[in-house]
Amino acid sequence: MAKFSKKKVNRRKVEASGEGPEQVVRDPGEQHEGLNEADGHVSEEQEEDEEEEQEDEEEEEDGGGDKDERRRQKLLEAINALGGKRQKKLGERSEAAVLMSEFTINAEGEGERVDLSDLIGTVEKNRAVPAKTRKQLKNLQQSKRTVECPLSKQETERIQRDVSFQKAASEVSRWKGIIRQNQRAEQLVFPLNQEPAGPKPMERVVSGWKAQTPLEQEVFALLTANKQPVHDPILTPTEEASLRAMSLEEAKIRRAELQKARVLQSYYEAKARRERKIKSKKYHKVHNKAKRKEFLKQFDEMVKTDPATALEELDKMQTARMQERMSLKHQNSGKWARSKALLAKYDEDARKAMQQQLEVNKELTQKLVTSLNNEQEEEEEEEEEAGHPELMPDFVNDAERGLDSSNPWMRGKLSEEPTESERCGSLDLTEEASGVGGGTAEEEEEGEEEEEGEGKEEEALLREFDQRRKLRQVQEADTGPVLSVDDDEGMVEEDEAAAEEEEQLSEFTSLFQEMANSRRDVMAEQAEAAPDTSVQLEEGRRRICTVEDVELLSQEEVAPDEAPVQPQLPPATENMLSAPQKTGKNRKRKRGIELKEVLTTEAKVLRIPLAPTVEDTEESDGKLDQRGLIKEAFAGDDIISDFLRDKRNQEDAGKPKVVDLTLPGWGEWGGGGVKPSRNKRRRFRVKTAPPPPRKDQHLPTVIISEKRNSSISLHQVNSLPFPFESHTQFQSTVRSPMGRTWNTERMVKKITKPKVVTQLGAIIKPMAREELMKDASNNSSVDSLRRKH
Amino acid sequence: MKVKVLSRNPDDYVRETKLDIQRVPRNYDPTLHPFEVNREYTRALNATKLERVFAKPFLASLDGHKDGVNCMAKHAKSLSKLLSGSCDGELKVWDLTKHECVRTLQAHEGFVRGIVVRFCGTSFFTAGDDKTIKQWKMESPGYGEEEEPLNTILGKTVFTGLDHHQKDGVFATCGQQVDIWDEQRSSPIRSFTWGVDSFSAVRFNPVETELLASCASDRSIVLYDMRESAPLKKVIMTMRSNTVCWNPMEAYYFTCSNEDYNLYTYDMRFLDRPITVHMDHVSAVLDVDYSPTGKEFVSASFDKTIRIFPKDGGRSREVYHTKRMQHVICVKWSADNKFILSGSDEMNIRLWKANAAEKLGVLTPREKVAVNYSQKLKEKFQHHPQIRRIAHHRHLPKSIFHQTKELRVMKEARRRKERNVRKHSRPGAVPVVSEKEKHVVTVVK
Repeated sequence: MAKFSKKKVNRRKVEASGEGPEQVVRDPGEQHEGLNEADGHVSEEQEEDEEEEQEDEEEEEDGGGDKDERRRQKLLEAINALGGKRQKKLGERSEAAVLMSEFTINAEGEGERVDLSDLIGTVEKNRAVPAKTRKQLKNLQQSKRTVECPLSKQETERIQRDVSFQKAASEVSRWKGIIRQNQRAEQLVFPLNQEPAGPKPMERVVSGWKAQTPLEQEVFALLTANKQPVHDPILTPTEEASLRAMSLEEAKIRRAELQKARVLQSYYEAKARRERKIKSKKYHKVHNKAKRKEFLKQFDEMVKTDPATALEELDKMQTARMQERMSLKHQNSGKWARSKALLAKYDEDARKAMQQQLEVNKELTQKLVTSLNNEQEEEEEEEEEAGHPELMPDFVNDAERGLDSSNPWMRGKLSEEPTESERCGSLDLTEEASGVGGGTAEEEEEGEEEEEGEGKEEEALLREFDQRRKLRQVQEADTGPVLSVDDDEGMVEEDEAAAEEEEQLSEFTSLFQEMANSRRDVMAEQAEAAPDTSVQLEEGRRRICTVEDVELLSQEEVAPDEAPVQPQLPPATENMLSAPQKTGKNRKRKRGIELKEVLTTEAKVLRIPLAPTVEDTEESDGKLDQRGLIKEAFAGDDIISDFLRDKRNQEDAGKPKVVDLTLPGWGEWGGGGVKPSRNKRRRFRVKTAPPPPRKDQHLPTVIISEKRNSSISLHQVNSLPFPFESHTQFQSTVRSPMGRTWNTERMVKKITKPKVVTQLGAIIKPMAREELMKDASNNSSVDSLRRKH
Repeated sequence: MKVKVLSRNPDDYVRETKLDIQRVPRNYDPTLHPFEVNREYTRALNATKLERVFAKPFLASLDGHKDGVNCMAKHAKSLSKLLSGSCDGELKVWDLTKHECVRTLQAHEGFVRGIVVRFCGTSFFTAGDDKTIKQWKMESPGYGEEEEPLNTILGKTVFTGLDHHQKDGVFATCGQQVDIWDEQRSSPIRSFTWGVDSFSAVRFNPVETELLASCASDRSIVLYDMRESAPLKKVIMTMRSNTVCWNPMEAYYFTCSNEDYNLYTYDMRFLDRPITVHMDHVSAVLDVDYSPTGKEFVSASFDKTIRIFPKDGGRSREVYHTKRMQHVICVKWSADNKFILSGSDEMNIRLWKANAAEKLGVLTPREKVAVNYSQKLKEKFQHHPQIRRIAHHRHLPKSIFHQTKELRVMKEARRRKERNVRKHSRPGAVPVVSEKEKHVVTVVK
């Protein structure tokens, strides 16, 4: 408003001063207009002024209101018109000082009212005003409509209320996000805006505190001198520098690396510790040997790369050899060795120990051969070593074999045994895989063995002796339990005997190998002729883990020609084998009680005389394992068959029964001794549909009762609870356990987190507006992040 | 014979101090811990039973008033202070930890209608039947000083309710109209009227602090904005509302206690139907107060009980009553969310636990874990019939029990009748009106 009026004033001044030198003051809005346009402006404005005056007059007439005034005006106009010429308004006389003010403020228009039209006039000139506004103003000028009468008070109030309600509602709606967020939050901790616990910097607690006392000043002087933090940033300059030196990311990476290194170190240490603690002499022996070999390899390289150190090492080795040669340490001349020598005749352990000693001695006193000059020799030697790893025949250890076959460590032997035991043991799985070709492979192996055997005549002799001994054992075993069992399919008895059997199994198999060797050629031919049967044969051979097999084999040996391609297995063995044939490779060398096998046969009373079994147990007194014990303890009660009987009873009870609805005497003669005819009975016998298959049909060890239990139904949910939409949904919520019995501590903590946590003794204030700000800022930051990505 | 001995590292099983928990190496293999659902169900059942065993909510009774307790106020800054005004104009300040009255003053002639503590906690306002509003210092006067109010405003009409702004020195009263007062002035800075001549309660919104709600005698609840010259909106219900309370955590929800035995939670933006109807009382509900967490609220009723409702639940989760407690006129939920205070007709103020079975005081971490676990178990198995039965079982006074039954029968009868009418009339002639819509007569803009 003021601006416009000022412009007007300026123009008036231009007008008054005529063609003045230049305008003293120009409105900044007008500066874009050129100077040469000034004249034109003036003339235009004069015209405009006249028009405005007319309008003013009209407005005055309109605004005047009373008729007298109007009449008077008309009268005056009429008088003016009489004069013919329109009278010009005379400028008022005024003082020059007022006209020419040093502040360029003109007093000419002082008395005049500023009208809307005055302002609008300039608006049209001004380009800063948008065209739309100009148009609106024009329309406003031209519109001649009367103003509508105001609304009633009630109406206005109502509108007012409505508007203010809308405003309030929109204002309140800003909380929607926070409220929803809080409703969904897994955990709310009240009070909401808690300050973090812990010590606060002094500045935050005390404001406007200064060091005043001399002591305080002294302390502060010290602190500042040493660049210690006095004010808010609690880091010393050096700390800050270090912070700048390494970023957080880098630090994290570095820390991870360090952690990894530390972990690896600890693993290594743990491994070393574990290895050191191993008491097995054998392990250490092997270990040392490997080490030595490794060292020798390295030594060869070292000779090439670093001769100086290699020489040192050589020296060391030579001194060690010298020492060994001088001392009698490993020469079986010590006290211990002598005591062992006494025992060696009877005890194989002692023999073995002595042998080891000698070996050590030999190794140590061996002359070192460097790769520099005689590599070939070394190789030869190595070959020799490979051929004769130990001086003593290996099977000196075999006597132990019979003692405890249950010890897994003793089962895998370095001597000739494993090749034999392979055939019946776990390794024959590979045979199975190789199928027919397996036989030839075996033969090859055997051939190798034989070669070895030829190499060592002594060994062969000893082995023969050993085999004879084993044979004797087998015969003993045969005379014992086998005879008692042979007539029937007493599986249970077999199981009982299994413990003893298994000890002898290896012997059996070895024996069998020997015996079967003679037949091997024939068998191979047969296998070629009919591969199917050969497979069966192999299977049969694999399962010689039972006494019958051995027996059978002996029979076969007696009459190899008579025996057909398929071995005639007694029904019991077939029975027994049927299950493992199905299961395929799942068999193990050591059989546990396999329920399926056991369940298929009824328990039977032992028919063998008691004496031999007792003898057996006495024999195996020392090696009575736990299984045997348990078996002995529960010999009387046969739980499995009881269970089976129970299950069968249940199944029978569940089966639908035929209902006989015949009424005697209807349509026939009745009375004592007269039975209804068969025809009638057949007619009135009602058969019901068979029930759906039982759930435990395929579960031999389970009885599932499908009856509804009323005592349980009291605790069961019988209708789907409200928020859930399906049974599975509900069940899944119930099914997953939450307790510490089933979950780790951390998981339990996470699951059992309470929904609302309040602090003891803390006042919970209503939600503050600041939360809204926080939320908004969070949202905006999230948005900006999203935009970035 | 060589005997190999198992050797274990003592670090794996020895405690560092005897206060530590025994280390129990665990195997979480599910096959080793079968029947998890059944075992957890048993635990849940036991937890529910134990909760009922330990549910002893009543803590203390504060007696000393010589007339019924008409209104109460929490201290803004202190948890242990409570102010109460009785029907004989007496005002008492209580120390809740010691269960004793620390200050008594005769505030008004006739009823003390409203008490409110200023947000700073240094002074409080009272309004009474003697048409005055008085401001008092929170500190009790020194020896020899007289008990005198800081300010007294003499109004033209009786004031029936009083509430203070959350942050500014502004308070609101209601009576014949709702007035907004500046603390510094003796005349209201704004008065709202809307064709009613009697209001029973007025409350500031604690979150959007410029909004107010009041209950009027024409069965309406009126909303105001302090900054506007006119009220915002009002909803007229079938029966009169006694008090109203805003949710302190959710800006647009408020709950009103109604004469028709129910409470209604409204969203202030949509007044045409309440969000939830809370039923369980068997007589008029006189007062309501939200828990400071905004998750629950407590209501006091003329049927001599206090009930705790979840904010979005139609039925109460808890009912408190004692033989001697008469009509409960006012009720407050303490600011730490732990206690409930009720003032009743028979001149006593009672202190209750907000969670009846909760153990008070500091819990050890192990206790906390156990409590959390049992809480979750109860939640998990809450739909199982036995657990629900035990958890929901409450002993009620005979009269209330029978009244509940009676109300149920009445409601069922009404429902049946309506159904029959609908069955025998033209389809669509008798529309189905939901329970929520039933109680709203109209919304006036």
